Amino acid sequence: MENERHEASDGQDMIVCREVHKWFGDFHVLRGINLIVKKGEVVVICGPSGSGKSTLIRTINRLEEHQQGDIFVDGIELTHDIRNVHAIRQEIGMVFQHFNLFPHLTALQNVTLAPIYVRRWSKDKAEGVARQLLERVGIPEQADKHPGQLSGGQQQRVAIARALAMQPKIMFFDEPTSALDPEMIKEVLDVMIELAKAGMTMIVVTHEMGFAREVSNRIIFFDEGNIVEQAPPDKFFTHAKEERTKLFLSQILTQ
Amino acid sequence: MTASADTMKPPRTEVGVLGWLKKNLFSTWYDALLTVGSVGFVAVVLYGVTNWALNTARWGVVTTNIKVFMVGRYPYDQIWRVWASVGLFVVMAVVTLVIRKLANPRARRAVTIAWVVVLLLTLGLLKGVGETIIPSVPVAIWSGLMLTLTLGIIGIVASFPIGIGLALGRRSSLPVIKVFCTTYIEVIRGVPLITVLFMAMLMLPLFLPPSLRLDNVLRAMVGMTLFSAAYVAENVRGGLQAIPKGQYEAGRAVGLNEALVMGLIVLPQALRAMIPAIVGQFISLYKDTTLVVMVGLLDLLGIAKAVTGQTEWIGLQKEVFAFAGVIYFITCSVMSYASRRLEKQLGVGER
Repeated sequence: MENERHEASDGQDMIVCREVHKWFGDFHVLRGINLIVKKGEVVVICGPSGSGKSTLIRTINRLEEHQQGDIFVDGIELTHDIRNVHAIRQEIGMVFQHFNLFPHLTALQNVTLAPIYVRRWSKDKAEGVARQLLERVGIPEQADKHPGQLSGGQQQRVAIARALAMQPKIMFFDEPTSALDPEMIKEVLDVMIELAKAGMTMIVVTHEMGFAREVSNRIIFFDEGNIVEQAPPDKFFTHAKEERTKLFLSQILTQ
Repeated sequence: MTASADTMKPPRTEVGVLGWLKKNLFSTWYDALLTVGSVGFVAVVLYGVTNWALNTARWGVVTTNIKVFMVGRYPYDQIWRVWASVGLFVVMAVVTLVIRKLANPRARRAVTIAWVVVLLLTLGLLKGVGETIIPSVPVAIWSGLMLTLTLGIIGIVASFPIGIGLALGRRSSLPVIKVFCTTYIEVIRGVPLITVLFMAMLMLPLFLPPSLRLDNVLRAMVGMTLFSAAYVAENVRGGLQAIPKGQYEAGRAVGLNEALVMGLIVLPQALRAMIPAIVGQFISLYKDTTLVVMVGLLDLLGIAKAVTGQTEWIGLQKEVFAFAGVIYFITCSVMSYASRRLEKQLGVGER
């Protein structure tokens, strides 16, 4: 694979995908993905719906299973060994399109759950960290509310805090703003921008091109189960090589 | 803006008792007709029932036999043990209510454990432990309301975890477990309770080693529990199916293993959603305990029937069955009230 060189690429490889294939039944979703993400890199993946971009990141933390190829996360190979799967999931924080908060727990409990039961932290320690994280995402006063009492933007920020609580080395965002009302998109993007600037390794599936332009190191255009084109944002928007990329950009930027 | 427009009172006919009456009972001429008709009907029925209860009915049959209704053939010199058990339950109920208010998770867990201990303790107390200290009262002669409650409580407490296990087993990816649980649930649900009871009476002794001879009350208990578990399992399965896939994914993504995802995220939500159905199943199990009459046990209803057969109380079935009915009604109402309380308490922040 031709690896684009840019400022963040001198770090170690956090994610390596080699010839990854996946089928849903007869449908070939991922068609030989090759991808390397370096430490501290922020990668934005965009592309038409159904192109497999969500499936790719869901495959990397084993919410979906790939049938061919190799995936390594921070040096750990993703195999059928459940210990490897758990180790990888603990390295990766995941934020979903529909938040997927646990509705029977308060915001604080949503954040402390995994640290207490997986990391075996004491309740006091977990709550201390959780309150700091809720502060960081800007909603410390909502700690004791249940998800149903929060707005979409607040819920998504709790979800980010929940993912960060496990102190992951990588964060995945699967269309984090697609289910939000327009006025709430900014509050979530601001949190993501702050994270990116703090040096977190991130893969973000999104159509928020403003975000991509501001903080990403690399934009990947995905179509029909493969990477069509990738480039740093300044080149991507102005000097796209592929026709399909240009077509997609013209559609998405005129919206 | 001026405030005067806000402070104007609504027309008198729209509010208060008059307003409510007009809106709900007399808004049209046929509403009025229905109201008057229903009130008349209720009055006639109430008058008839009260008149019977206060003047005609001979409650002596109930008051004289009250002990028989309550504990049946339990030896009367040992009745303090029943009182002690009732006392323990009342104390536990009060403690539970107080602790629920405090809302300390550790205390709540302690209360749950205490309930199990108290349950075992009362069973030991009623049955007797070691001939010298507390003489044994064979379970086989338990009867009356005591038997009804024992069957109901044991059936509920035992069938709940078994039901959850069956529901999880039915969704298992291991074919042997899945087929076993599915077959069990479908077979039991396809058979009337009375059949299961007869089977328990006749078949259990064949399966168990001779040293483990269960008396008939225990066999009935096993039968009822196994029967109810199948229904609880289907209720729980319904609850599990209502949990969106995203909940499992979010749980896995934060690093929880499958058991923790089930125990911390999926089951709590599923059970919460199914409280009305599960309590409904428990109430129906409780009422179904009356069927043990068919296998020769004397529960509250069996005792009632026996009492009407006494020569000195011939012809007083109405009084006896009205009394039994009121007791069933009260106990079932307590259960459904508790279920509504539980739902309210757990429903906080539900989406």
